[in-house]
Amino acid sequence: MTTPTGYRRRDRDAYPPYDHPPYGSTQLRAPSEAPLQLEHTLSEITGPGPALSEIAEEDADLTRNAGTGGEALGERIIVTGQVLDEYGTPQPKTLVEVWQCNAAGRYIHAKDQHPAPLDPNFIGAGRCVTDESGTYRFLTIKPGAYPWKNHPNAWRPAHIHFSLFGPSQATRLITQMYFPGDPLHELDPIMGSIPQEHWPRMIATYDHDITQEEWALGYRWDIVLRGPEATPFEAGGAGALA
Amino acid sequence: MSGRPQTPSQTIGPFFHDALMRYGVDQIDPDAEAGAPIVVVGSVLDGAGDIVSDAMVEVWQADGSGRYRHPADGRVGDVPSSFIGFGRVASTDEGTFRVSTAMPGTVPGPNGSIQAPHLSLQIFARGLLDRLCTRIYFPDLAENAADPVLGQVPEERRDTLIARPEGQEDGASIYRFDVVLQGEGETVFFDV
Ligand SMILES: [Fe+3]
Repeated sequence: MTTPTGYRRRDRDAYPPYDHPPYGSTQLRAPSEAPLQLEHTLSEITGPGPALSEIAEEDADLTRNAGTGGEALGERIIVTGQVLDEYGTPQPKTLVEVWQCNAAGRYIHAKDQHPAPLDPNFIGAGRCVTDESGTYRFLTIKPGAYPWKNHPNAWRPAHIHFSLFGPSQATRLITQMYFPGDPLHELDPIMGSIPQEHWPRMIATYDHDITQEEWALGYRWDIVLRGPEATPFEAGGAGALA
Repeated sequence: MSGRPQTPSQTIGPFFHDALMRYGVDQIDPDAEAGAPIVVVGSVLDGAGDIVSDAMVEVWQADGSGRYRHPADGRVGDVPSSFIGFGRVASTDEGTFRVSTAMPGTVPGPNGSIQAPHLSLQIFARGLLDRLCTRIYFPDLAENAADPVLGQVPEERRDTLIARPEGQEDGASIYRFDVVLQGEGETVFFDV
């Protein structure tokens, strides 16, 4: 394994600001001071990702992982894609954790009290480790939209939460995947924290080649983690930078 | 120009517990093999001084000899096998988080410098569209004076990165580290 001396910085044009008034919860939680730029040291180019990926147990079928013997209700879907870095280099052995509400738009979380039914056969949590080609794959059900109290008649578009470590602390990412063609996108202040031109990075693509006949609809979503600042020894696809 | 555009961050939201805390880690050195035992307790506070009861705090650290469990550290093979160096805790309804671990050692820094013992923290919460990164340092260590990261922090804000000792408990030294997200006493956060 080659060791980068540092990682590329966040893409400032596409990353959300901390202070985003349309999303009310940022008001008292966004720091007033800009973060101090930290030169990457051994503390930042290392991280728990590689060790956690070694010990993680796969749990990638959310339709059946409630342990009840029953199957979750809803529109069965396959969500798959590659985890890559900015150079297009696949990221194998990367832990991917997901969580979502059920088909009716309700989380099993005790603090979600909106009047939609719970599904006893659905926890809405899963994890897997990417294979040699950097590919992850989940079988789940399509999450519903759900209301929240950010503003009058506020609804989150259907989404799946994703958490990834990648090789370092610098590459740690928690984000959300959205579904194509959802009219709620333009009304959502959380998606709205990112310029609309960059939304395609967060929206999955319907892929009929992934769809399985008589079984499940297929969605593809690739996840791009920050890449090394310079690739010190191996070329490793760095030509894509030129 | 890079080939593929970065996937941007979105908030963790309030409903992560059933997924991420199922794999919570509040004992970072479970077999007490990696160094002197310590406990870190803290509160996450918002700009009104109110507790934040739905935050997730992740810790990453070296062992007591300053070695990381990661292939980029040439000394990885010497890290005790029970020690990954990773912790993941959630703030409670009372707004506190707590993690038991080992006091880390010094870590090599840029240009031959030496970094004082520290824990790296990442904080996620509803209302944070992106993670916040900070570091916990320990009081009264001679190494703090030469630490390159502390050295770049304005002196009047440096204290926000230093844990406060709160005595002993079962042979472990207790340290308090509050994370102030906004306003007076705001914790120094880093763009990692
Ligand atoms: Fe959600």
